[in-house]
Formats: sequence, C-alpha cells, structure tokens
Amino acid sequence: MAYSEKVIDHYNNPRNMGSFKKEEDGVGTGIVGAPECGDVMKLQIKVENDTIVDAKFKTFGCGSAIASSSLATEWLKGKTVDEAGQIKNTEIVQELNLPPVKIHCSVLAEDAIKAALNDYKKKAATATTPEETAASAGS
Amino acid sequence: MKLPIYMDNHSTTPCDPRVVEAMLPYFTEKFGNSASRNHSFGWEAEEGVDRARKQIAKLINADSKEIVFTSGATESDNLALKGVFEMYREKGDHIITSSTEHRAVLDPLKSLEKKGANVTYLSVDKLGMVNPEDVRNAITDKTILISIMLANNEIGTINPIKEIGKIAKEKGVLFHCDATQGVGKIPVDVQDMGIDLMSFSAHKIYGPKGIGALYVRRKAPRVRLVPMIDGGGHERGMRSGTLPVPLIVGFGKAVELCEQEMAEETIRIKALRDRLQEGITSAMEEVYLNGHPTERLPGNLNISFAYVEGEALLMGVKEIALSSGSACTSATLEPSYVLRALGVGSDLAHSSIRFGIGRFTTAEEVEYTIDRMAKAVNHLREMSPLYEMAKEGIDLTTVQWAAH
Repeated sequence: MAYSEKVIDHYNNPRNMGSFKKEEDGVGTGIVGAPECGDVMKLQIKVENDTIVDAKFKTFGCGSAIASSSLATEWLKGKTVDEAGQIKNTEIVQELNLPPVKIHCSVLAEDAIKAALNDYKKKAATATTPEETAASAGS
Repeated sequence: MKLPIYMDNHSTTPCDPRVVEAMLPYFTEKFGNSASRNHSFGWEAEEGVDRARKQIAKLINADSKEIVFTSGATESDNLALKGVFEMYREKGDHIITSSTEHRAVLDPLKSLEKKGANVTYLSVDKLGMVNPEDVRNAITDKTILISIMLANNEIGTINPIKEIGKIAKEKGVLFHCDATQGVGKIPVDVQDMGIDLMSFSAHKIYGPKGIGALYVRRKAPRVRLVPMIDGGGHERGMRSGTLPVPLIVGFGKAVELCEQEMAEETIRIKALRDRLQEGITSAMEEVYLNGHPTERLPGNLNISFAYVEGEALLMGVKEIALSSGSACTSATLEPSYVLRALGVGSDLAHSSIRFGIGRFTTAEEVEYTIDRMAKAVNHLREMSPLYEMAKEGIDLTTVQWAAH
C-alpha cells in the first residue's frame, strides 16, 4: 500500500510531538485506543481564555495513525473549545487521502480530540465556582 | 551497496542467474510439449522434465515417479488435503493439523469442514513447536490424515517431523508435510522422516514462480488421491495440464544448486542472521525474539520491538524490504495468528518484524539494516505514548484501555 505524501511528511516531521504535564492548568488530556488493537493516541490541549493555544500528541500506531494525530494538533491550535469539538474524522481522511482500511485512524483521532476536550472541561468545571459552572453549562 | 535492500526471502526469492540460464533454451529452441511422443521436440522437452524430476527427487530422497508438478505449494497443499479427503472419506473424516500452519493448509481444511471433515487444530508451545505426543493423543480410529508443516513461514521454527512421521506410521495414518519454507534450506529426507505427501515450491529457493511439487509416496503405503484438475491424465492422472517445461527445468536447477551449496550456504546465512540478531539486540532495549532460539530456519529472524507498531516501523525503513505481523498490514484488526498462537501478546504481535536473509544478502546490508532499525525504533519510541508511560514506571498491563 502506498502512503500519500502528506502522511509521509507527518511521519517524517511530526508536528507538535511531545507532552504537557497532565496536572498543569488549562491542560486537557485524551488517551484513546489500546495496545492490543495496535494503536494508542495521546492528545493534549492547552487552553487559555477558551482558546486552544497549544496542542501535543504521542501516538503508537501505523503511519496513518501518527499522521492523523499530528494533523489534529495542527488544526486544534487557535481554535476555541467549541470549534475544536466540530472537527470531523472525514476531514482528516480527506486531508491525508487515507484509504478505506485506514479510516479507523481518523476516527481514533476524532475520539482523541473529544477525550481531550472532555478532560479539559471536567478539569475546568471542578476548578471553577459552582455559579460559573452552571453559567457555562447553560451557554 | 544498492538500495532498496531485499530482506524478505520467506516471501519469495530472486531467481538465481544460473537457473535463468538453464531455463532460457526451453522457451525458444526446446519449446516442445513434453507429452508429444512422436517427434524430437517432444522428446527434448521430456528430457528436460525428467532431469528436473530426478534432481528434485534426489534432494528429498524420493523416487522421481513420486513427484507431481503443480503450480506451486498452495496447489500442492490443496491437492494433498482435498485429494486425500475425497479418496479416503469412507475410511474416516478426521484430520489433524496445527494452528500455526500456512493459510494454504488452513483454508482448504476450512472448506473441507463444510464438506463434513472433522479437523483438530493442535496448539503449539511458546516457541512455536508442535508436540508429537499431542499428535499421538489426537489420533482416533477415524483419523485419515495428519498435516504438519516443516518450518513456519513467520517465525522459522522447525517442527519435530521425524517423530511425528514415526507416530503416523505406527498408527497407519497418512502424513502430509507442508515443507515450502524448509526444502532446499535444511536437509529433508521423506524416507527418514516418514512423510507420505509433501508440498514445496521453486520460488522460495531461487527458482521461478508458478511451479511447485507434491511428493506422493508410491510404496508402503501407496498413496492415492482424487485429482482436482482432470484433463489429459498428466502426472499419473493426479494433475492434468501441459507441463510448463521451462519452469520445471528451472525448478530442477534451483534444487540442484541448493543441494550442492546447502552446507556452505547455511553457514554463511546463519552467520549473517546471528549478526543481525546480535546487532539489533545490542543496539536497542526491549526487543524480543519470536520463535525458537535454535530450532529455526537459518535465514529467519522474527523480532518484536516493544512500544512501536510494526507497519510504522516498516515505513521508517522503507528502503529495506521486510514484513510485519502487525494487523495494519492486513484488512482486519487482528495481528499475526501465528504469534498469537505462541502466546505473544497482541501488543507485541503488532510490533513484530520478520527478517529473511537469503543467498544474495550481504554483510554490508545487514550492518545497514541494524543501523536503520535502531534509528527508526528510536524515532517511533520518542513518539510513543506507551514508551513514555513505561518510562514513567506505569505497568501497561494494568491500564484500563478504551479499546475500540
């Protein structure tokens, strides 16, 4: 199977590869997948004033899984938390020209984004006062 | 050194130039049909076929009349399994095999199960070996066939064929051996090993693709088969169709070269393999050998590189032709069933790479491969969340994964 040039580029030059400290303020962490399935993605976002100012990933998986998560970190930066939640796996498939057998890699990346956002929201909720939580929940 | 490097010799091998040279006249001048009895073109072709048949029979200590040419080992396996089942099904419906056989054995057996066969799949030990006593214990009065491979195509483990052959003989059960990975690389003697039917092919031993053979014993016992292809009654009626004379001549030449050079070649290939293994294990931590440490094909090395995924690793060394047991190389999410049968965890099965050293592999290529593997593994481990967690002292087996 031949990889698209974009997948090869992300593999050779992964963007935003690395880790934040999980307990750091404003950091949301999502870990999805399982070693038994051959892919595990860890995606982290750093949020300031509802905007994702930085993102990092680490991935165990094939080239398409690495590229999907690397691309996700690029797209996340600069987005608001709500905008980030809109990223769809099909956009990743399109951007990286993933073949049908690799679609699950993009699904995993979308799951990782959602997991990181949820983790961030959970942390933000426990860190804020009850009134603020109620307000953001209502918005 | 020329790139890319070919290190996937279990998959196929290049034709030896001496084989090609032997074949060439049979495409043009000696093009006759070996079944033509009435002119010199036919006789010439027949001579070529006869010579090849003798060369092949000699390598495995058989009679040349016991060699049936087929299109390859897959066809030989199909003919042996289906041919025996159809011929002897009145006698019994039970067949014994192992869980790590090649798909060319497992798939025909699956299809026979639909036709009423009762198949026992023996498990193997953690080094990939079948226990002959398990074979003995599985035999019933309905058992008509035992099919166990000589050497495994993924991990190279060599089965105790002689012991199994002895048990088969004792119990009066036919014994088929898929010897595709072993013939030409390790000594094979169908008399000594008690084999009744044996599949193998040319392209694994520096011969052409598209030609294989099934050894079918003629005496003690005389094995009979129902053919799968009917036609002109070629190959003692077991496999009709005009013989591909150039391919057969090439097969014979390839076998002859293996016989002449095996002793010397084994030493050379094994030394390269051992250097590759030593180089990889000393350059990186947490690499694990899959298969048997000693009872293994000389050119085989199957290693799991913990915390990195096999296909990603192949992508990192794409100028080296290798193979992986990772699921990502198949359409399913299941990694290698052979490694799983050994009890290798799915995570390590996904991380496995098969190296296949062959006749044309050089020491320089081995050194290059060690160096490139180390770089690619380090690159991917830096990127691996599993490696990071392991370094933090987290036991990965205790983590609750969100499996998908």
